[in-house]
Amino acid sequence: MAYRTERPPRLVQFLLLGSFIAQLLFASQRPDYIARARELPAAPPVGIVRLATLAEPVTAAALLMLWLQAFDNPPGISIPFNALDYHNVIAWLDVILTLNPRFNYPLLSASRLYTEVPDTERKRLMLGFVYEKFFNDPNRYWPWLAHAVYVAKHRLHDHQLALSFARALRLNATAKTVPAWVSQMEILVYEDRGDWEAASRIIDGLLASGRIAPGSNEERFLLDKLTALRQQ
Amino acid sequence: MPCVQQDGYERMLTIARLTLVDAINNRLFLLALAAVIGLFMLAVFIGELAITETRQVQAVILASALRLFAVMLISLFVITSMVREFNDKGVEILLALPLPRYAYYFGKLSGYALSSLLLAVLVSVPLLFFAEVGAVALWCFSLCCELLLVIALSLLGLFTCTHIIPAYTGVLAFYLLARSLEAIQLLSTSPVLESNAWPQEFMYGMIAMIALVLPDLGRFTNSSWLAYEIQPAVLLPVLLQTLIYLCILVSAGLFDLYRKNL
Repeated sequence: MAYRTERPPRLVQFLLLGSFIAQLLFASQRPDYIARARELPAAPPVGIVRLATLAEPVTAAALLMLWLQAFDNPPGISIPFNALDYHNVIAWLDVILTLNPRFNYPLLSASRLYTEVPDTERKRLMLGFVYEKFFNDPNRYWPWLAHAVYVAKHRLHDHQLALSFARALRLNATAKTVPAWVSQMEILVYEDRGDWEAASRIIDGLLASGRIAPGSNEERFLLDKLTALRQQ
Repeated sequence: MPCVQQDGYERMLTIARLTLVDAINNRLFLLALAAVIGLFMLAVFIGELAITETRQVQAVILASALRLFAVMLISLFVITSMVREFNDKGVEILLALPLPRYAYYFGKLSGYALSSLLLAVLVSVPLLFFAEVGAVALWCFSLCCELLLVIALSLLGLFTCTHIIPAYTGVLAFYLLARSLEAIQLLSTSPVLESNAWPQEFMYGMIAMIALVLPDLGRFTNSSWLAYEIQPAVLLPVLLQTLIYLCILVSAGLFDLYRKNL
């Protein structure tokens, strides 16, 4: 065939250049996307999310967690957590955890990030969520309830709440992979409260449970502690 | 000279008409009708499941599915139809006539645009059962704009890649990226762990640059328009973006077509 390449007309070249510059100008004038706390929508049903992600719940959980995170610290909002509807946030975290129960991210966020809010009610809501979910898989979720004990004790100064969390840890997080100090948190809370007798009882129980290896440093530490407590 | 221009214009219209006939012969609208009926039935089923805000739930799910279907269908149709024309030497025969390349390009673009208009109207019809007429009209208009960009992009992709798979993959990747710009920008601007490490800085810069160059399709054909009150003013940025980006895609497509060795 006689055809070869042709030189594009000047008009086409100018149009390409001009429209590209127009695109840059137009895009630079576009308002930025900023996640605003009050715009966090209600959480969808888990089934809808599964459907939307073509039966990829683990991916959906990861994506949703990252997306939810965008509502935590949007630039330009000084106290972002205060503006968030915590019931809504909990609903989202619940959906994410249901999509992927092995995902630690939602409970980490609940116990460490969302409890940073200077509002007691919101803190309590989040701790309640962590406590509730802990029972689904205590040997996996114990780190987040352990942090909840700290928040309840030192931030909320609610020893009763801290005790209930610590007790749940001692009674439910019993796998060998769970460090021994987790089951001893209850002792520390009792000690802080000045309830020496209850603290002694817990140590007695721990020693009798067979979970502490005989002759170990841990056993020696607990025995020393027990002696000190009885003296007090 | 006016006679030649008149002739070129008429041939352009003929090419557009033939492209539309090609769409009908390829059962594009029949397939679209089948999909519309299937998705409509799905929406009716979803309506049985929803406890509250049933119409809204049905409208948004149906609209999202129809939009994605229309985009994929029109893109695939444009690419396969053009590849067939290249393989059948139809392009060479047409350009052997005293027909400027731009007339061929605009003829094809007009034909595909007409097909996409019909497709957009067809997929909008079932939405009338679940949303207000005005909202559906806005949604349909925005879908036309979106499809127009997809058509021009598919033509450019084909002139550049010449094969179905790379062209279609490129169009889909471009579309998905442009459509998810909002989510990507939100994620990139709000990391919990702030860091000034160069990979993070580099990614910020990269995402900002991509956002400048790509059309923001996230603001197009939004399903929420059908569920909640919407002002016609939302179409203004859609229209502006379509005009600007269409110019880019058309001129780049023409540039490629002129430089193509036929």
